[in-house]
Amino acid sequence: MSEGAGAGKRLDHRLPERFVPTIDHDLCRACQRCVKDCSYQALEFRGSRVVPAGGCVACGRCIAVCPANCIEVRPVPPQFAPHGNWSERARRAILAQASSGGVLLSSCGADDDRPAIFDDLLLDAAQVTNPSIDPLREPVETVTYLGRRPGRLEVQDGRVVVREGDTPLIRLDMPLMFGHISLGSISYNAQKALFMAAKELNIVAGSGEGGLHPDLYEYADRICSEVASGRFGIKPEYLKEVAAVEIKIGQGAKPGHGGHLPGEKVTAMISETRMIPLGTDALSPYPHHDVYSIEDLAQLISVLKEATEYRTPVGVKIAAVHNVGAIASGVVRAGADFLTVDGFKGGTGAAPRVIRDHAGLPIEVAISAVDQRLVREGLRNRVTVCAGGGVRSSADMIKALALGADVVMVSTAALIAMGCRVCQQCHRGLCSWGIATQRDDLVARLDPYIASARVVHLFHAWNEELKEVLGAMGIDSVESLVGNRDRLRYRGPNPKIAEVMGVKHIGEGWG
Amino acid sequence: MRDACKPKGHSHECDCGRECMAIADGRAVIDLDLSSERPMHYTTLNCAVRKAMRQGCGSIEIRGVIGQRYLAATASVPGLHITVHGTPGNDLGAFLNGPTIEVFGNAQDMTGNTMNAGRIIVHGNAWDVTGLAARGGQILVKGDTGYRVGIHMKEFGDVRPTLVIGGTAKDHLGEYMAGGTALVLGMGGEGVPVGRNLGAGMHGGRIFVRGEVPPDRLGPGAALAPVLPSDTREIMALLDDFERAFSVKPPRSMDGYVKVVPSSSRPFSGYYDKTSV
Repeated sequence: MSEGAGAGKRLDHRLPERFVPTIDHDLCRACQRCVKDCSYQALEFRGSRVVPAGGCVACGRCIAVCPANCIEVRPVPPQFAPHGNWSERARRAILAQASSGGVLLSSCGADDDRPAIFDDLLLDAAQVTNPSIDPLREPVETVTYLGRRPGRLEVQDGRVVVREGDTPLIRLDMPLMFGHISLGSISYNAQKALFMAAKELNIVAGSGEGGLHPDLYEYADRICSEVASGRFGIKPEYLKEVAAVEIKIGQGAKPGHGGHLPGEKVTAMISETRMIPLGTDALSPYPHHDVYSIEDLAQLISVLKEATEYRTPVGVKIAAVHNVGAIASGVVRAGADFLTVDGFKGGTGAAPRVIRDHAGLPIEVAISAVDQRLVREGLRNRVTVCAGGGVRSSADMIKALALGADVVMVSTAALIAMGCRVCQQCHRGLCSWGIATQRDDLVARLDPYIASARVVHLFHAWNEELKEVLGAMGIDSVESLVGNRDRLRYRGPNPKIAEVMGVKHIGEGWG
Repeated sequence: MRDACKPKGHSHECDCGRECMAIADGRAVIDLDLSSERPMHYTTLNCAVRKAMRQGCGSIEIRGVIGQRYLAATASVPGLHITVHGTPGNDLGAFLNGPTIEVFGNAQDMTGNTMNAGRIIVHGNAWDVTGLAARGGQILVKGDTGYRVGIHMKEFGDVRPTLVIGGTAKDHLGEYMAGGTALVLGMGGEGVPVGRNLGAGMHGGRIFVRGEVPPDRLGPGAALAPVLPSDTREIMALLDDFERAFSVKPPRSMDGYVKVVPSSSRPFSGYYDKTSV
């Protein structure tokens, strides 16, 4: 942690390029728009031609802005002698670290090619014995509530009485929430777009732990504010005016790790929102130093409930780790109104590569472990379970629901809707799309109104697809899909995975 | 308009006039010994405190406190003075945003957790994690404090939290400190008034210690620095605050102060490699 904890002097060693922008000079009008827009300076105008300048990350900005449609970004073919064990990536990592002595930093979710378990799951549909429903002509309900449930119905004088819990429930029009992405990791325009979209879709969006910009309190009733170990930006209105408060214990991309917003991203606006000096690193400690046990967590939950006068549900987000079921049980017993589980493939604005790629539990297994554990302990009907981390499509969302999540958390997909190409350079702060950057000229590229409309389009479409699948399954309410693992079958390589998830293998019927 | 299926504020609404609370002339007195609910649950007590605040009381006196937690969390009434007799529980004055809380007794853990503004005065000891992530305001402790005190305090512009400890602090004082000032006076004790790992990973703020601090007490990222005239002025002002709060004359000699500062505001620069592999 001391200065220069790397290893001192950097020893330079040139690595082969990974991508190269290729210009069709017959079509190029030499307008240089691509040169101007490339925040990685991977293109230059030399003589009368635009030529590659090295360092292309395949962010795709040049392709999108080229009026002549004459740019193609090509992956550079293997530059190392082939070897079955020593992949190019392994060798590049060694060469980089031998030069820098540093911990390799990365962003977005784990990018290795381990297949997602979601892809090994197949959905059921209704045939003959239970009729399917046409969602375009009959109601199929996707409204979901976030918060602590009363757990049972009570009947008085022949009428159902809804017993109130500690805190209210928050209505979501679809079983979806935007994950926590802080102001700092993304730009003001990007965060505003997410909040606007959440308001329009009537779901909630996470604030991340960077505090809440004063102008964004306009969307507070659709924001889930985050209390993380850095405690940035926490003031009474940050807790009281929002839809929900979430204690962040862990993040799927970096379980057990803290947060680190490098000083160059701590601009005047970020320092004011987080209330830290300009240009210092914004560090979130690895643990909460007031939470060393479930009992301590219960206290943090309770103090937040006291602080909000029981008007705001208080949830807890944990990273999916190997003992996630027992931890989830403790979290619910500690009084969490909702529990969020963030999986192995979840995104990040900056995380050590070794943790991002190697620590944690795939969300598919984590959801079913948590759901089964909470059911077994009689707690499942008291709490809302949110889950995310690598949810790429409505199909993933639907499978996550069937595995046992009430609400599915998405972040990267929303950023992609805005323009993100998942080039995984967020930690460099140079995002050419104006999303993961604080540089004013880059931020100005993202129109929050257009970005928000695109996000709304995407998730409206996902919700329609959810209704299509529910209808095809003969289910008229999403709540009947939650934890309904009987409507899934596993067709992957390892039946043990199906067994621990409580999902039957393909070919196994109900009887 | 909140889109909840139930209205906010539906539960834990105080049903007092409880027999334990008396309000007169803008002063509220809550005497837990007079309550039929014994020991009084913290939700009930906090509810009574909130009720007194809503009624515009300028002072609230709470007697007979025995470990009730979360007292005055997010209390935001400027100028309000809350007096606590007894031993408040953990998280006293969490997220405090303006009022003064004065404790005649010892405070437990996490006093002033993430406080924003206001003042907490403890006429006794305050134990672990006091002043965690304080963003502003002041905490004055007459006696000793425990482990991990003043960690991750912050500052922005003129908003700078201060923490004065009359006695000693244990290990990890000022860990992750990003701003603010901690002052340890070491009164009434002998030897080094701070524990190990002092200022570990600090990247802002300053810690003043009256007494010797052997270098091996410093955590990674912390460094000793000379006490400047501006520091002396700050220490003097904090001593004034301490004297006013406790009617105790702290030693005024500026000799023997040690200043601990971050060795860098960017402790992780150079630690990471951003190469795309």
